[in-house]
Amino acid sequence: MKRLSTFNVTSLTFGFAFLYLPMLLLVIYSFNSSRLVTVWAGFSTQWYGELLRDEAFLSAAWITIKVAVMSSTLATILGTMAAYVLVNSGKFFGRTLFSGMIYAPLVMPEVITGLSLLLLFIGIGLDRGILTIVLAHTTFAMCFVSVVVSSRLVSFDRSLEEAALDLGCTRFDAFRLVTLPIIAPAVISGWLLAFTLSLDDLVIASFVSGPSSTTLPIKIWSSVRLGVTPEINALSTLMIGIVTIGVITASLISKRSAVRAQKDAQAAERSA
Amino acid sequence: MAKPKPDTWDNQFAPWDNPNEKPLIRFKDVTKRFGDFVAIDSLSQDIYEKEFFALLGPSGCGKTTMMRMLAGFENVSSGSIELAGQDIANVPPNKRAVNMMFQSYALFPHLSVYENIAFGLRRDKFPKDKLDARVAEMLKLTRLEKFGRRKPHQISGGQRQRVALARSLAKGPKLLLLDEPLGALDKKLRQETQFELMDIQETTGTTFVIVTHDQEEAMTVASRVAVMDEGRIIQVATPGGIYEAPNSVYVADFIGDVNIIKGTAKPAGPDQYFVDWGVNQAPILATSDRPFTDGQECHLAIRPEKISITKAKPDEAENAVQGKVLDIAYLGNLSTYHVELPGGQIIKAQTANTRRLSRRDITWEDPVWIRWNATAGVLLER
Repeated sequence: MKRLSTFNVTSLTFGFAFLYLPMLLLVIYSFNSSRLVTVWAGFSTQWYGELLRDEAFLSAAWITIKVAVMSSTLATILGTMAAYVLVNSGKFFGRTLFSGMIYAPLVMPEVITGLSLLLLFIGIGLDRGILTIVLAHTTFAMCFVSVVVSSRLVSFDRSLEEAALDLGCTRFDAFRLVTLPIIAPAVISGWLLAFTLSLDDLVIASFVSGPSSTTLPIKIWSSVRLGVTPEINALSTLMIGIVTIGVITASLISKRSAVRAQKDAQAAERSA
Repeated sequence: MAKPKPDTWDNQFAPWDNPNEKPLIRFKDVTKRFGDFVAIDSLSQDIYEKEFFALLGPSGCGKTTMMRMLAGFENVSSGSIELAGQDIANVPPNKRAVNMMFQSYALFPHLSVYENIAFGLRRDKFPKDKLDARVAEMLKLTRLEKFGRRKPHQISGGQRQRVALARSLAKGPKLLLLDEPLGALDKKLRQETQFELMDIQETTGTTFVIVTHDQEEAMTVASRVAVMDEGRIIQVATPGGIYEAPNSVYVADFIGDVNIIKGTAKPAGPDQYFVDWGVNQAPILATSDRPFTDGQECHLAIRPEKISITKAKPDEAENAVQGKVLDIAYLGNLSTYHVELPGGQIIKAQTANTRRLSRRDITWEDPVWIRWNATAGVLLER
């Protein structure tokens, strides 16, 4: 291990403090027994208990999870299909344009995405509710899924699919039995990414949600406008926890399979 | 260990010489274009049942394209390919009685060796009770009995190669295509595997078409070798035929080592010609079945091992030229002498090192005589 210089240690400390101090404060104050958010009065988990008894928060949480599961599943299916076609179809007229258009929503301001979706839903007379949030989240999450899956597909050996065809598979069977199992880690981490994105989203959801479909971020946002309560701190801590677990799981899944493959290959070479 | 190929193979097995024999594969005037690039140029070729047919050529000569057209991964631009008398143009790869062994092996990493081999059988709804026996038979054929439950990344390169072979043979195809099957193996393993391949081909009686850029490999395994260049087959013959009677300088040069002497022909008797090759040099006497006219430009191709080298002037040699040893390449069992002739041309002569190195009497800068018979070389137009 190389020893870090004083300068490196300092910049590292400040950098991470800058990133995580606010969240750390929030987590600490979620265990505060006082009702006043900024005054420490001792350790307590009472706000977590109160949170679990709060019907409004619980229903918002339930809606958020439903939306996240549905939208990330839809986004994974569509995003994987888009990635598969763009990576595998070789050159065709407008290919660059199409792949560019898949990625454009990544950098599109969320306000614009939300507004345009709202206009569309009003235009086609779709009542705002869970369905519209699911559709909106699918729209922007599928770009992320498609990025993750296509980066895996680029290194995918095409001859594996040809071998499947050669051995009697139809194109669909070749995808189902060979391609999909092999790219599964990327598809799963794409799903988890889409899930956490949907869980986090406030801007787009607030455009397309209806009165009966308040998601958790919207609920938090509207409660905070009436003043920050320790309950909100507890809730935010829980959300940080869930998102962290999601992201770590996603990266572990892809990393672990790579490490295991490497180890097995080494073992095989030794035993040969 | 595999049995060596019988020496009489060339004489016994020659369906291509039998006009009544029906070819298994028939390329009829096949052309394949990728955009403006012509990969296969109006090519016609028959391949017979139980043949071990090698497509040999430098990269980009179209050999892989030919194979991919047989497998169904590429369509022909014009012409037709027949398999057992049927045009296969519109048959998709999964409906062809053709299997392929890929250069990268393309083993399914998420399936065990057993499941890899069973994969094609399962797609065909192979009866469940017979499936196990068939896979076991394939594992036995390729000596993989112990590895059925391993995943492809848990076995060595040579074993992976055998899994790929077992998988492509499991469905009992009429035709097996092998794309550089031994390219990823090291030299020693490759030589062993060549014999194994021949053995398996003989045992199963399957027609093999192999693509390779390794001429030694093609010569070892194949019953016939097709030398390709720029989308055309230049020559098709048995390994012996390709080596001893190449039809062009390209083939002679591609297969093994060769000396090419350029000159003009002058008839010197029945099937015999004098080749004028240098100013103030005695013409070379060479026999040829191919007719040449007086003064026609020609190339004499002689293999280095057919030229002998001596210090003293040989008596009664049909062709003998004096030169100077420029270089000696010592290969252990053989030595190749580079002899510079008075005109500046360099001729390679090869001798077996039957004596110990210290007793060798020819060394650098020595004046030497090289000699060869009239029948040693092949006279070529181009």
